[in-house]
Amino acid sequence: MKKLVLMREMLKNQEGTIKRVSATGEMGRRIREMGLVPNTHIQIQGRAPLKDPVAVKVRDFVLTLRNDEASRIYVEVDPSETAQDQGA
Amino acid sequence: MKRKITIALAGNPNAGKTTAFNAITGARQHIANYPGVTVEKKYGMVHHRDFDIEVVDLPGTYSLTAYSLEEIVARNFIVDERPGLVVDIVDASNLDRNLYLAVQLKELGVPLLLALNMMDVAESRGIAIDVKALSEQFGLPVVPMVARSNRGIKELLDKVVEVAQEDPEWRMAPISYGMDIDRALDEISGIIEKSSVFDPKYPTRWRALKCLEGDSQITGLLKRDPALGKEIEARCETLYRHMMNTVEEEPEGVIADHRYGYITAITKQVVKRKIESRLNVSDKMDKVLTNRALGPALMIAILYGLYAFTFWASEVPISWFETFFDVLKEGVTSILPEGLLRSLIVSGVIDGVGGVLGFVPLIMLMFFCIALMEDSGYMARVAYMLDRVLRWFGLHGNSVMSLVISGGISGGCAVPGVMATRVLKDPKERITTLLVIPFMNCGAKLPVYAMLIAAFFAKDRARMMFLLTLLSWGFALFAAKLIRSTLLRGPKTPFVMELPPYRAPTLKGLLIHTWERTWEYIKKAGTIILAFSVVLWTMMTFPGLSPEKRAAFEQDRREARQAFLASPRVDGVIQGAAQLTALNRMYLTLRQEKDIQTAGAGEGHLARVAEAALHLEETEPGGEVLKPHEAVAIRYLEFRNRMNQIEGQEQQAALKGTIAGRMGQWLEIITSPLGFEYRTNIALVGGFAAKEVVVSTLGTAYSLGASDGEETGSISQRLQQDPDWNPLQAFTLIIFTMLYVPCIATVICIRRESSWRWALFSIGFNLMVAYGVSLVIRQGGMLLGLGD
Ligand SMILES: Nc1nc2c(ncn2[C@@H]2O[C@H](COP(=O)(O)OP(=O)(O)O)[C@@H](O)[C@H]2O)c(=O)[nH]1
Ligand SMILES: [Mg+2]
Repeated sequence: MKKLVLMREMLKNQEGTIKRVSATGEMGRRIREMGLVPNTHIQIQGRAPLKDPVAVKVRDFVLTLRNDEASRIYVEVDPSETAQDQGA
Repeated sequence: MKRKITIALAGNPNAGKTTAFNAITGARQHIANYPGVTVEKKYGMVHHRDFDIEVVDLPGTYSLTAYSLEEIVARNFIVDERPGLVVDIVDASNLDRNLYLAVQLKELGVPLLLALNMMDVAESRGIAIDVKALSEQFGLPVVPMVARSNRGIKELLDKVVEVAQEDPEWRMAPISYGMDIDRALDEISGIIEKSSVFDPKYPTRWRALKCLEGDSQITGLLKRDPALGKEIEARCETLYRHMMNTVEEEPEGVIADHRYGYITAITKQVVKRKIESRLNVSDKMDKVLTNRALGPALMIAILYGLYAFTFWASEVPISWFETFFDVLKEGVTSILPEGLLRSLIVSGVIDGVGGVLGFVPLIMLMFFCIALMEDSGYMARVAYMLDRVLRWFGLHGNSVMSLVISGGISGGCAVPGVMATRVLKDPKERITTLLVIPFMNCGAKLPVYAMLIAAFFAKDRARMMFLLTLLSWGFALFAAKLIRSTLLRGPKTPFVMELPPYRAPTLKGLLIHTWERTWEYIKKAGTIILAFSVVLWTMMTFPGLSPEKRAAFEQDRREARQAFLASPRVDGVIQGAAQLTALNRMYLTLRQEKDIQTAGAGEGHLARVAEAALHLEETEPGGEVLKPHEAVAIRYLEFRNRMNQIEGQEQQAALKGTIAGRMGQWLEIITSPLGFEYRTNIALVGGFAAKEVVVSTLGTAYSLGASDGEETGSISQRLQQDPDWNPLQAFTLIIFTMLYVPCIATVICIRRESSWRWALFSIGFNLMVAYGVSLVIRQGGMLLGLGD
């Protein structure tokens, strides 16, 4: 199994697939109802000027999450992108 | 056969619901509130193919849980009012997420129609949707449309009528959530059906589902049968433990995942994507507009630009309003005899309501700019960029718009600011924002600042204004922090916000938005604010001067008149009171006309005196020998001054005796540590109506004789010369004015957006902050020896 990273730690433009959402309660509900559920493909779009919140492209739209929320989402990063971003 | 149907429009925020609603109903719409809450309810009527279709706009939601007011409102409307059909407005360019709500509506079982909006956007992004296949797979009628350009609206209504003729039943569509959950659902359904709380309004399986999701509203209803409630709770608990042990997920999470699974299974088949460029236009715009360095700079420029535009463009219309109210006042003054009725209508009603309505152009333009930012999608970016800063103070990214509008850049208005708090979903964040909004420097405070700055800080004008802007932000943010860490403590709400794609707003949409909100403001001015204005007028009018005192002033006047008529050189020219009255009239007419040539005072010695008086008033008399009528004119001007003085004294005496005046005097007990004596207190009481009243009331209280002179200028001079006043005193009053109470209009709006309790609290809270801060400034300043 590939290594999972937290969405919070992902770099700009990195892509990946959500594997697990550990948020519960209201936060979990809000995250899921916006379509951040396992097996969804995402791409980090950018971060606000103070590095938080983070903007994520998911299912044809852009969603912003605070780092608190992004720390509850585990993503399997696409291999090609990882190499590319680590090089950069 | 039924000829009438009610349809409810549901949909995600930004899916185009409002646009669709406007396209369907045209101008025939009404706005109300859902009972008991401040969520707007819009409804309208349309006639199509012999059917009367009533259209209700539900609040925009992503889901149907019980966690936000909007969702509860939408859900209760569907369940309680039983609309004949729910039309789910779905954004075709963003199908998966939009269908999440559709799935939940299907689960609820209400007759449903999908309106596939934004087909143009989908096409331009290379997303092709097989509408027929979608309809078959989903088991629902689907109508493609482009609400913004009215495409598909007729077809939608055709479909609505078609469905209405069939008069469909509610039919819950069960979705499978995996074996474990499905079994639990069956069992809980069994329990519910057996019991007394069984309610045919709700589909049983849906209630069971809500129990598993931990929905507070539904479990609350079931708990009315305690035994049953326990049984269900136990079943949910078992499932919860089982799920955590096996898949390490809450049932609720699993349910959501299955819904999305169901959706993706369908969209995989019916949506075809051409290879699209990975960045659409909107993403490219975001690269610049939310860029880390450029984004904030552009944001300031954009906000400032809209702001400057609002003020620039509203200047002229505001002067029209002012002229209108002035003309109205003159009209009333000339029709009604002097007395209480006239005073009530002129100073109570017209000044009060006019003061509020006078702002309509400004407020309208401000609402227009807000609508522009909302409809274009930029507002969400502002919230995104500033969230981190505001969060530290316990606010939300979306709070910033309210603060800016209320006077974040000097000169806004708290009323639209208060209304703009509606975008805040979390009640604590919203109320905190409401409570700190009145600290911003709204336009009505500016005349007060201007007057005091002119008197005591004339050299540092610009620097003072900048300082005051910074101070108001500082006070607002720290007050927010204070409130959020004491009174409204609570966890930060999750911030999961969509950045909708940038869209060019339509003029029609903007105008409708603007007008709706402006109308709301106008209605308020016409009702509650009118009542309050009358109350305040009463306080500043009654009880009037006692007859003896009035007689004394009348005596002073008579003496002044006689002294003037009897003075040397006058006695031969102006004979008797009748001629004096005629001279007065001529002089005033001339003064109003300004242009002596065209006004043509007419023939005769009185006219010559009047003309000369006017000349002399404008130009200092030179060294030359005075002509006889000029000498009279000089005397005449002296006489006028004396009369003004008496009038001023009378007004001052009258004001001092009124309820407001007495309050001002009592208040000295509290305000003397701030250095405010009764005259300032009266002005501050008057400022509750609207802050700019502080200046005019101070004018009256310092017996300026209201009829003469440009008031701001002269009250400035007056305070400058007064030994009790100094820069420290002026600064204390500036800060007190900045903080002390929201004006009536704002209080009313705060009440509307929250409750009377919070509205009253905001008055008390602001007063306390104002008092505390002013006390520190005044006493600190005195200690530092600034008080002289
Ligand atoms: N291109 C396009 N834009 C649309 C369409 N319908 C609505 N819009 C735009 O989408 C934005 C949001 O629409 P609105 O009706 O306010 O959405 P609501 O939040 O669901 O009420 C506005 O700028 C509309 O002009 C459409 O069919 N096509
Ligand atoms: Mg809307």
